[in-house]
Amino acid sequence: MNLPGTAYRLRIETRSDNPGWMGLVSSVLGVVLALIVGGFVLRAAGANDPIVTYREIFKEGFGTPADWQAGVSALLTSSDCPKGQLCFGPLSDTLVKASPILLTGLACIVAFRMKLWNIGADGQMFLGAWAATGVAVFLLPKTTDRAVMLGAMALAGILAGLAYGAIPGFLKARLNINEIITTLMLNYVAYKWVEFFVVVGPWSIGDFESTGRFPTPATWPRLTEYARQIPITAGLTAHPGILLGIGAAVLLAWILYRSRWGYEIRVIGNNPNAARYAGISLGRNILLVMALSGALAGLAGMNEVAALRELNGRLQRGYGFTGVIVAWLAKLNPLAAIFVAFLFGGLLVGTKLIQPQGIASMLQGVILFVVVGTELLFRYRVRLEKAEPVVAVAAETGDVP
Amino acid sequence: MTESPYAFEMRGIVKRFPGVLANDRVDFTCRVGEVHALLGENGAGKSTLMNVLAGLYRPEAGEIFVGDQRVSFRSPQDAIAHGIGMIHQHFMLVTSHSVAENMVLGLDRPRFFLDLPRVEEQVTALGAQYSLSVNPRARIWELSVGEQQRVEVLKMLFRGAKVLIMDEPTAVLTPQEVEALFHTLRDMTKRGHTIVFISHKLDEVLAIADRVTVLRRGKVTAAGVPAKGATKAQLAKLMVGRDILFLLEKKKAQPGEAVLTVERLCADNDRGLPALREVSLQVRAGEILGIAGVAGNGQRELAEVLTGLHRATRGSMMLGNVTLGSHANWLEIGQQLAHIPEDRAAVGSVPGLSVAENLILKRFNRPPFAVGWSINAAAVRQNALRLVEDYKIATPTVEMPVRMLSGGNLQKVILARETSEHPKLMVAVHPTRGLDVGAIEAIHRLLIEHRDRGAAILLISEELDELISLADRIAVIYEGRIVGEMPAEGADIHAIGLMMAGTKVEA
Repeated sequence: MNLPGTAYRLRIETRSDNPGWMGLVSSVLGVVLALIVGGFVLRAAGANDPIVTYREIFKEGFGTPADWQAGVSALLTSSDCPKGQLCFGPLSDTLVKASPILLTGLACIVAFRMKLWNIGADGQMFLGAWAATGVAVFLLPKTTDRAVMLGAMALAGILAGLAYGAIPGFLKARLNINEIITTLMLNYVAYKWVEFFVVVGPWSIGDFESTGRFPTPATWPRLTEYARQIPITAGLTAHPGILLGIGAAVLLAWILYRSRWGYEIRVIGNNPNAARYAGISLGRNILLVMALSGALAGLAGMNEVAALRELNGRLQRGYGFTGVIVAWLAKLNPLAAIFVAFLFGGLLVGTKLIQPQGIASMLQGVILFVVVGTELLFRYRVRLEKAEPVVAVAAETGDVP
Repeated sequence: MTESPYAFEMRGIVKRFPGVLANDRVDFTCRVGEVHALLGENGAGKSTLMNVLAGLYRPEAGEIFVGDQRVSFRSPQDAIAHGIGMIHQHFMLVTSHSVAENMVLGLDRPRFFLDLPRVEEQVTALGAQYSLSVNPRARIWELSVGEQQRVEVLKMLFRGAKVLIMDEPTAVLTPQEVEALFHTLRDMTKRGHTIVFISHKLDEVLAIADRVTVLRRGKVTAAGVPAKGATKAQLAKLMVGRDILFLLEKKKAQPGEAVLTVERLCADNDRGLPALREVSLQVRAGEILGIAGVAGNGQRELAEVLTGLHRATRGSMMLGNVTLGSHANWLEIGQQLAHIPEDRAAVGSVPGLSVAENLILKRFNRPPFAVGWSINAAAVRQNALRLVEDYKIATPTVEMPVRMLSGGNLQKVILARETSEHPKLMVAVHPTRGLDVGAIEAIHRLLIEHRDRGAAILLISEELDELISLADRIAVIYEGRIVGEMPAEGADIHAIGLMMAGTKVEA
């Protein structure tokens, strides 16, 4: 029986070629598609024109070209920003937001490279914040030199995160306990740990649920402190934390692509059997990579308290999970993560005033969803092809002998 | 015979895979009651063509006729409805189910009530009819590979298959089991069944087939030539497109002092059951010791213990005069070992890493590649460029991930990595499995070259032909024991076959 006309059908094939630019395309496509999907949600939530909303988010998160222009000329003439506004205000806020996201993103990247699904960067960050606070407020005198103080806090944050990341690493390496479960659960332990110290416990000052303001040496210097020399920086809260993140990204890129350890990490992540065959120790590397992942997240915690200038019961949760999305969107490339973290910082800052408040999380979720989805599309090829005319086959089975 | 009607006709079949034209306008016809061999190298398109006939693949173009009817199969069910059934290389059996349960698996009748005792009766009757006796109540995992194959044949007969396609059915069998299979196949053709026998082994094809069709790179190079009167050399030429040397040219071995001495080595497999039982052997410099045996008799564990991937439970290993103990930690004793593992993609290489990075897998921790904590990228690249040229590895760049390479080229990458430093001992496990004839020749030549410069080589292979032409001595392993050893020159294939099958064989 010939079918009239030509029928088409979809075929799914494995791609044999997979050029490098595809990663970039799928990430960009992910963001674009997420914005489109988000637009419909915004419509449903009551926004009349999602484009206008997005423009608003961009303005809040990054500023406008006019502001930047005014800012640059003010900088060149050493004058104040005109009209009494902060020309680089949104950019500055975004950089502040981007630094912890970048560090947790890097924490996820190094673990994911070895297919260790560390979703406990949040908890490791909390422990890092806690340890840095302990050093700043209770260990070192208030008059400590700023560089020494910040260095000690960073070290404490790194060590606390390292130890906290090493726990699931040890459990995985020794007893093969699923790290997804342990890292997830340890998040809640960390939240409660911090809560105990600053809400009900020994670090709380009165009923403030806070350690109180850190001594100045224990805080990041902000741009606004230089307003007397450079007037344009007045009111800007940007701090060197972002440089810490960028430095960590460069270091991590060097480790992954240029060092012997990074080679081991990539071999294990790609083919653990081959690693065993080459005499690379799996257990040792699981432990070390989880420790490094935790250390990066712990540093994010130190960075956050040094920027907030106190540790209180409202230390924001969720940076660790945003890190997962950043890692994925950056295709596990540490240098790409710098750019992605900046974008996400802008998204968080820009959506701060948007109602309902969940918009930022919704967009993040949709982006991750689409990026993972498009990755599948890039691994396979979907082809439309002519279907051959089909002869109907009677599915009558012969008699059972 | 020649005048019996067509069992089926395939006309102008085209099947494409990404980057490969697997079948290029292939015509293939079979007459009722014949054994028709489909011969070709690995990757010639034999399995693809038969998967089309069995309803697993749908061709891009071409027609299939069964009897006078033009058919188009959407699934294996459609094919079996027309009496065409295929037995795959990897059996499609549920190992925890009984033979009878496997018979009815996937059948749409009986729809509600399964009368297993009746099925068991039918299986027994069918088995008696075709002399394929299997206990219908046995669970599949209790059966030997040969018996499992019988279950597959019975399954197809049970479903009313008149045409039986067998994809490399002898690959997993001992020589004695092969003979029993051939017996069954002849019996079946006498009863009007038609057999398509897919193989790349010339001896078998000549032994069993009535007619032969040869495929090369997706095209038919010989259509239905009578097997009687055809010669091995002739068929090989059709298969590979040039004359192939069957006997490898090699000088007589000049064995030197013992490089590897293994005494009473015992080891368990991954499930904790004994896999090696008091294995003793010695490999000397400048010789190749072949280990023959049917898969799963301890070869894997032997290779893994020798290469330090697995711990022995008892016994000793000596490298020259150095005792290795139960765990051969080659890194610790600072000795080099070349290991060509059984599975080049899953063990021997890192698919996502580049050719250059794969070439330093065993040496990344040593100079010139390791400099302090870092890896010297220039040295890595230099090394890769040199080896790609020396070993004739076909790759566009050394930065290409190795998962893009063909099997032969991937194996060359592994060989280049393992042998470029001239190690004293080499352990090669199925080094040519799944490769085309050209690549096989290159790899054989390489092994001989290393033997001649004084390497001690342990070669584990299932291909008796390969062992006899390549090895200097052959040891046979059966159920974890070395059951015999002999010089390869003039070795009796039949005797080796008997040893491979253990002592239980009546032949």
